[in-house]
Amino acid sequence: MSEEIEKNNIALPEPGSLVLSTSPHVQDGDSIARIMAKVLICLLPAVAASIWFFRFDAVRILVYCASFCIFAEYGWTLATRQAATIGDYSALVTGVILALNLPPGAPWWLCLIGSVFAIIVVKELFGGLGQNPFNPAAAARVALLVGFAGPMTQWAAPATGSLVSGATPLGAIHAVQGSADAMAQLGAPDNLMKLFLGNVGGSIGETSALAILIGGLGLMAFRLIKWQIPLAMIATIFVFTGIVHLAAPGLTPGPLYHILSGGVMIGAFFMATDMVTSPITPLGALVFGGVIGVLTCIIRIWGAYPEGVSFSIVIANALVPLIDRMCYIRPFGWHSHSVSALNIRRGEIK
Amino acid sequence: MLITILVSAGVVAAVGLILGALIGFTAKKFEVQTDPKIEAVQELLPGANCGGCGYAGCADFASAIVTKGADPSGCSACSDAMLAKIAEVTGKAAGKKEKMTAVVFCSGSFSRSARAADYNGILDCRSASIVAGGGGKACRFGCLGYGSCARACPFGAIEIRDGLAVVHPELCRACGKCVNVCPRKLIRLVPASAPIHVYCNSLEKPAKRRKFCKNPCLACKKCIRTDENHMQMQAGLVRVNYSNPPEASFVEQVKCPTGALQVEEIHRKIAALKPVEPAPKAAPAPKKEESK
Amino acid sequence: MNSPIRTWRFHGGVHPADGKALSNSVPAQRAPLLERYTVAIQQNIGAPPKPVVQKGDTVKKGQLIAEPGGFVSAPVHAPTSGTVGDIVEVPGANGGAIPAIEIISDGKDEWGSGLDPIPNWKNTDREILKKRIADAGIVGMGGAAFPTHVKLSPPPEKVIDTLILNGAECEPYLTADHRLMLERTEAVLEGAAIAAKILRVDRVFLGIEENKPDAIAALNEKAGQYGVTVVPLHVRYPQGGEKQLIYALTGRSVATGGLPMDVGCVVQNVGSCAAIRDAVVEGHPLIERYTTVTGTPVANPGTWILRFGTTVEQALTFAGGVKARAAKVIMGGPMMGFAQTSLGVTVTKNSSGILLLQWKETAEYTSNPCIRCGRCVRACPMKLLPGPVSVMVESENYDEAEKNYVMDCMECGVCTFVCPAKRPLVQHFRRAKAEINAKRRAAKAKQA
Ligand code: SF4
Ligand code: SF4
Ligand code: SF4
Ligand code: SF4
Repeated sequence: MSEEIEKNNIALPEPGSLVLSTSPHVQDGDSIARIMAKVLICLLPAVAASIWFFRFDAVRILVYCASFCIFAEYGWTLATRQAATIGDYSALVTGVILALNLPPGAPWWLCLIGSVFAIIVVKELFGGLGQNPFNPAAAARVALLVGFAGPMTQWAAPATGSLVSGATPLGAIHAVQGSADAMAQLGAPDNLMKLFLGNVGGSIGETSALAILIGGLGLMAFRLIKWQIPLAMIATIFVFTGIVHLAAPGLTPGPLYHILSGGVMIGAFFMATDMVTSPITPLGALVFGGVIGVLTCIIRIWGAYPEGVSFSIVIANALVPLIDRMCYIRPFGWHSHSVSALNIRRGEIK
Repeated sequence: MLITILVSAGVVAAVGLILGALIGFTAKKFEVQTDPKIEAVQELLPGANCGGCGYAGCADFASAIVTKGADPSGCSACSDAMLAKIAEVTGKAAGKKEKMTAVVFCSGSFSRSARAADYNGILDCRSASIVAGGGGKACRFGCLGYGSCARACPFGAIEIRDGLAVVHPELCRACGKCVNVCPRKLIRLVPASAPIHVYCNSLEKPAKRRKFCKNPCLACKKCIRTDENHMQMQAGLVRVNYSNPPEASFVEQVKCPTGALQVEEIHRKIAALKPVEPAPKAAPAPKKEESK
Repeated sequence: MNSPIRTWRFHGGVHPADGKALSNSVPAQRAPLLERYTVAIQQNIGAPPKPVVQKGDTVKKGQLIAEPGGFVSAPVHAPTSGTVGDIVEVPGANGGAIPAIEIISDGKDEWGSGLDPIPNWKNTDREILKKRIADAGIVGMGGAAFPTHVKLSPPPEKVIDTLILNGAECEPYLTADHRLMLERTEAVLEGAAIAAKILRVDRVFLGIEENKPDAIAALNEKAGQYGVTVVPLHVRYPQGGEKQLIYALTGRSVATGGLPMDVGCVVQNVGSCAAIRDAVVEGHPLIERYTTVTGTPVANPGTWILRFGTTVEQALTFAGGVKARAAKVIMGGPMMGFAQTSLGVTVTKNSSGILLLQWKETAEYTSNPCIRCGRCVRACPMKLLPGPVSVMVESENYDEAEKNYVMDCMECGVCTFVCPAKRPLVQHFRRAKAEINAKRRAAKAKQA
């Protein structure tokens, strides 16, 4: 054969240079980096809103957190002699989400501590992306809140520079607790509209429900998150606070106020849905969202802190292995175990 | 304020005391009566739980030694001194055993063997061996070099050098874990006193072996003709007769044409040499298209 | 496209770039006669056949050269007339080296199979037809190479009411079944009618993906005559998976670990049907098949009628060699085929395609950890948990993997196709299945 090949001048693949692998031999081309890039795109509306409302403070915090996170991850991979992983953009995503979770008055060192904690302690010490049991941004927010309660609650009214404590919508609840009238006032339509647009105090990226919603719809459109998680979480909060509000109108405002205020929206769409730290089955995702919703309501209404979303997410993260274990899915053909033995008699199924 | 602290501290202390007493009581009550001899023997065993003795672990083997009269020399990881101490405890002389060591019968490191393909997959020999062809090397019988044996060895006695597994006899305790894990069945336990081995496992047609490897055994039987007592054929392969192994100088005497018959130390040194060409990467980078 | 019957949608699946346009409009060509064939002795799942010829024997085309080594086994026949050479070793498509019988052609290509044509099969006893199919060495030509006569002999306690012809050809790039259904429409349908007679069923469905409208039209024209219902199906990989196809056409799900006959179905590849017809009506044993030689690097992609024992090298030469550098040579399709390291691999009864891929087209695997994105879970047609199971396998926790039904994985590759972490999931599952099977065998040996 070989002479003939040379005669006809036919080129053939050369053995020895071929790639050997198992099937399949094609992939759909999506990669971790592309997923993270898409997440970043979906974060853009929230980033834009934060800059709109908090101006230079937001820019400063975003730049700090993003660069600190990237440096922390790069430094870690250098120190442990691993291949650099910053190319998958996951550190950048963590940095941006963490920034959106910080108050406008956050000093640079708070950003640094939060970033290093999120990347090194929460992510890399557990083995890096994919192995971390907790969402880095949520865990970092919790850690900062516990360790640095002062700077973490230096709120500013949007687009003004005056630092006032307790000027957030959730802080307002605690201030007027006991008065049904005041609660009703909080839930008034024009107040809700303010919350929806984000023209209120709070962490730089969590105030505008609208911006987050746009990004969240993007996440769903790109199929980057399980829609069950935000749905279950928001629905649970709606039902839970709705019932409590009806039973005791002086204790807490109506459900819409809860959903639009604080970290519910950003938590539901960007933090609870972190694929590494959420259940893998659709049913598990529903349960997970529900757990976060309930915990959030309990902390908000009866807890010592006005806000409980990050706490709830971190607690629910810890429950993921359990949820995964309970919400497994049956393989194809499982239900027919009993039928298979019977066989199908001729003519029975046509 | 002070009182509150004192009271709570007192409560904590009281609860601790009660719980401690309870645990102590139950521990006493449900204590398993272990033979002190078993514990003594277990202390002396290496504690690596390698399973080489055929029992579930060192504790299991210790109780078998004391209660069932198992022979302590069944533990390949024990030194002779330790065996003597165990014999003191049990009062029974331990059987004699020869120190064994594992040998990887292959010399085909990445730089010394031909490549058949760029393997792109799990870097584990057992996983690689189920992909068609198995690994990147051309020889179907040699070491894959992805280190399943090294990961299985509880004593860290196997090192992967340039895509070839080499055993460090001074670390190997002959537990046999690596023997079972190697998908190419390349590893055997042999007496540690044997200084030379035939580092080849190929059953390929002898003519092809040269194409695949720099140091194949060509089965020319020169060594067997030199001294039939020292060398023999085993299942189609030329091997040292391990019940009567030759001296290291035998290698010079034979002048093996390919160097497959080699002194153990030299074999290890050759494997550690700098690769002539860079070793293939696991995930090959896309090469430039040929423009036509 | 309207479906004549109700169809069902299986869970998951993907839409890989199908690449069929490279070769689906090229009529199949008969390969020129070669001087030498190396016919692999074992071309079936089950017992290896035993050679019945000696070196130097003269054989006729279609003559038996290896007899079945048991009930689940299939004989092998000479691809042309000539003399028997050595028993040589050729590389196997799944790795290793396999024995093959060398046939040196005498150039005359004379038939001499010793099998009489049975044109009047409608009035022939079912057992005689079944024996003929066994004698002709017919196996499942879609990939598994399971002997066809065994499939057509279900145990009496299993009642079969549906024969399903698998013409889905859901593997990207492959067009062999497409060309076969288009060019040998009646042979496929007549073979199906023979199989239906053997099974005594009157419900015969031919499942075909709707990306082959010309073949569907050709089939529809003749199908009524042979009692076959042609069912166009959505294009979604793995529509042609046995369990998925049964579900799509009948709504019955084969239990985990079960067989199609548990739900009253027998599935036959369309290529096997045409082979049944040739064996019965013409008395020709199975010595050749439609094979697609394709891929972007191939100079003239197309479908060839290749005799068993043709090497990949020869097949590629027929197709004009390569015009660009090929990074992978695959026996079969891109989703389930086997990557080859040598061009000496031979065409066998289940070689549906020879596919070449370039660097930029092939998968690249990494050792990234699973990021639990859940895409594999959404896509797995067997509804398994590929990501978590692969993590169990990585930590060598095979018991846990078995509890999570890793044995039900059909290695379709869907999970691996979508995984953004580019984990070699199928390799993990093959490893797990190998380890679990070894454990089961050991447990059995202990019992005995
Ligand atoms: S000796 Fe065996 S297990 Fe060890 S690296 Fe070589 S092939 Fe792998
Ligand atoms: S090299 Fe093999 S036999 Fe020796 S200690 Fe390691 S695993 Fe055991
Ligand atoms: S697709 Fe890959 S990364 Fe995603 S869950 Fe499955 S195995 Fe993990
Ligand atoms: S290869 Fe197995 S686990 Fe993966 S999608 Fe296919 S059946 Fe599911």
